Amino acid sequence: MSFEERLTWVNAVVSVVVTAVYCAVVFGRLGNMPVADVAYQWAMLISILALVVLTIIGAILMAVGTAVSAEITGNGSVDDIDRKDERDVQISHRGMRTGYVVSSVGGVLALGLAMLEYDYFWIANALFLSFVVAGLVTSAVKLMAYRRGF
Amino acid sequence: MVKPTLVTNSIRTLRFAAGEMTQAELADRVGVTRQTIIAIEQGRYSPSLEMAFQIAKVFGVSLDEVFHYPG
Repeated sequence: MSFEERLTWVNAVVSVVVTAVYCAVVFGRLGNMPVADVAYQWAMLISILALVVLTIIGAILMAVGTAVSAEITGNGSVDDIDRKDERDVQISHRGMRTGYVVSSVGGVLALGLAMLEYDYFWIANALFLSFVVAGLVTSAVKLMAYRRGF
Repeated sequence: MVKPTLVTNSIRTLRFAAGEMTQAELADRVGVTRQTIIAIEQGRYSPSLEMAFQIAKVFGVSLDEVFHYPG
C-alpha cells in the first residue's frame, strides 16, 4: 500500500469517527427540545477542528510507522513517505472531482433550505454534512481506484 | 476482476531478463512508487506515455517491446 493510499485511509477513518460522534451528540439532542434551541455550534466547531488535528496526527503516526516498518522489515523505504507519482495525482484528481460534485449538491440543498426558511440548525448541518460526506466520497473513490485500478 | 485497461505489458518478463530486477528497483529507476509498478504489471493502471518511455529506457528496449495493445 502506497503512503498516499494510507493517508487516504487515515482521512476516511477520521471522517467517519468524528462525524459519527458529532451526529450522536447533536442529533441525540433533537428529541428533547425545539430545533431552534439545539446547541450545535460548539460541537460543529470542535468537530471541524478535530477533523484537521486528528488527520494531521494520523498522517504523522502513519509516516513514523512507515519509517519504522521499513527499518525493521527492510520492506519499503523511508523515501516512500514523500514519494507521490503520476498515478497518485490522477487518483487524487479523480476523487476530488467526485467530491466536488457531492459538496455542490450539498450546497444547493442548503440553499434550498435557506429559501424555504428552515431553521439555521438544518442549514448549517446540511452544509457541514455535505462537506464531510464529500470528503468521505473523495476517499472512497480514491481507495477504489487504488484497489481496482482505473 | 475486470481489468480497467486493454494495455498489456511484458514488464515481469523484462525484469526477469534484466537479472531479476525487483519491482522496487524498477520503481526507483523510473521515479515512481513500487505500488505503481505493481499496478502497471497487473494491468490495473495504464502509465502516461512519458512513464512508458522511461520504463522502456530502463530495459533498453523499444516501447512496443514493453507495452502491447490488442488488435
